[in-house]
Amino acid sequence: MNRQTAGWIIGLLALVALPFVHRDPYHLHVLVQILIWSFAYTSWSIMGRFGLVSLGHGGFMGIGAYVTALLWNHLGVSPWIGIPLGMATAGVLALIVAYPCFRFRITGHYFVLVTLALSGIVLQVITATRDYTGGSLGYTPQRAPSGKGLLALQFDDKTAWYLIALAVWVAGLVIWRAIDRSMIRHAMEAISEDEDAAAAAGVNVTAEKLKITLISALMTALAGALYCQYQMFISPDTVSGIAVSLQMVFAAIVGGVYVALGPTVGAVITIVLAEVLRISFGTKAVGWDNLVYGVLLVLFIIFLPKGILGSVIDRIKSPRKPSRGHEQQTVPIARR
Amino acid sequence: MQSFLGIFDIYLLEAVINGILLGGVLALLALGLNLIFGVIDVTWICYAELVMIGMYGMYYLVQVFHLPYWAAAPLVILLVALLGAALHFLVIAPLLTAPPINQLLATGGVLFILQSFATVAFGIDFRNLGIRLPVLALGEMNFSYARLLSFGAALAGMIGVYLFLTRTFTGTAIRAIAQDRQIMPLMGVDPRRIYLVTSAIGGGLAGLAACLLVLQYDVHPFVGLSFGPITFLICVLGGLGNFIGGFIAAFVFAEIISLGGLFSDLEWGYVLAFAFFIVMMFIRPAGLLSRRS
Repeated sequence: MNRQTAGWIIGLLALVALPFVHRDPYHLHVLVQILIWSFAYTSWSIMGRFGLVSLGHGGFMGIGAYVTALLWNHLGVSPWIGIPLGMATAGVLALIVAYPCFRFRITGHYFVLVTLALSGIVLQVITATRDYTGGSLGYTPQRAPSGKGLLALQFDDKTAWYLIALAVWVAGLVIWRAIDRSMIRHAMEAISEDEDAAAAAGVNVTAEKLKITLISALMTALAGALYCQYQMFISPDTVSGIAVSLQMVFAAIVGGVYVALGPTVGAVITIVLAEVLRISFGTKAVGWDNLVYGVLLVLFIIFLPKGILGSVIDRIKSPRKPSRGHEQQTVPIARR
Repeated sequence: MQSFLGIFDIYLLEAVINGILLGGVLALLALGLNLIFGVIDVTWICYAELVMIGMYGMYYLVQVFHLPYWAAAPLVILLVALLGAALHFLVIAPLLTAPPINQLLATGGVLFILQSFATVAFGIDFRNLGIRLPVLALGEMNFSYARLLSFGAALAGMIGVYLFLTRTFTGTAIRAIAQDRQIMPLMGVDPRRIYLVTSAIGGGLAGLAACLLVLQYDVHPFVGLSFGPITFLICVLGGLGNFIGGFIAAFVFAEIISLGGLFSDLEWGYVLAFAFFIVMMFIRPAGLLSRRS
């Protein structure tokens, strides 16, 4: 067992032990939010790191959340079945949109805008079917009768939620690592460099891209369903649409798209910032957090496109060449 | 049955005409975005937010400073034009050599900035000019003067830009640089100046759209999200940078939204339009007017 693995295990054990030592409900609430959103941002980065910049992930998240909640409220289907169904729906939608995209080689700007249309559709469908989904007023899963909390995946105890979110977050990192070590990564890196060359070298471009998109969409839908089960309230604006998609892109880029913990760092920064502003300024803070995000996003893209964690790791790995980060500013998130 | 069909046709015709009127403003927005894309090769994701700021400008000039509408409009157009130039100078210019996606995401950051700036500075209340233009009754159909006026002004704006692009030296230089980025500097045209001018024109068109939209819609910090995405889709559908394609696509989209809204809720009109867009992307990825490769 090398030092790095030992570090991971100790860190993980500390995180598991945390709620049993420190039982402050507010802190746990913030941590659960950080974990769920980290998982969502990680899901986005799994495809974003290879230059597949999607603004459709708000749509996948919304589908995961709404399908789960609708099945539970209208048909009484337990989220244990509803969540996989929601994920499957998002996956199918991802394939329907992504396959022609990749088949006809829609990349760059065009891919971004097609996926933008996708999250627009999901948002509008949720709003339009307001008889079932509550429209823009939001939607609340029905409370389960007492004793059936496990069946309905509803827990009053924050510790339970913390452990669930932690497990899912770790699973996200494991998936990231598995992809990082697989042939998919090499194939995708080749594709993001040059699709024709990759195809000539025997990479099945469409299939590899579809695989990574499907994984990413399924994970994002799961994040949406978890968010719904935890918050017990969803509205089209908080789990779907373009704003949510941009929020994912933003957090992932600030943290760093190219390293496993980058999106997590992004989630910690954004959520802690929002909470600090909210506590110190109260309702006057409405809007300020997004203002700071926006400025940070622009500054990061101009000066630090690898994100905070990515740049820090670069510094540590090559301390002699501090200017390297600047030279690599043009590291493409995507090439056309 | 006969009378039912009669009423139905009137509504249909009304929806078709309203679609055309809506298309005028959309075409104006698409033109501004297309101009910027065609010349500078960047997509301003925050374009609709510039319009939102312009709408607030109109609101404050007219409601708070009590300027007449006709005096406020040029000021707002100028303001948003300056904003467009500033956006280019501060955000796009440092990223000109970066990958296009980074530029697109940076303007996404500007979208956050403008939205939250409006939230912080103006609050989240819905505001309007308090100008209610009369409704034109034509037979059994009703059209608001606001829409007719918007359509006319949008057309005038587009014609103005067309004349500027074809009749002036700067306009010619803009068209030339859109055709070949490398050669134009050799011909003695400073691309930086052209980019700045183009951004200002793009901003000015957003300002004009703001003056027109504020007659029809209430302004609030998130109003940009209600027509921003549509504008991008129109530009892509017409072929990014293709002015005529964007013009046609704007009317196609407006008709889909208007007719979709006639048969069901307005949201379904949007859903139809988005779905139509995705399908069209697969059939004609490079835009409506392109030939299939």
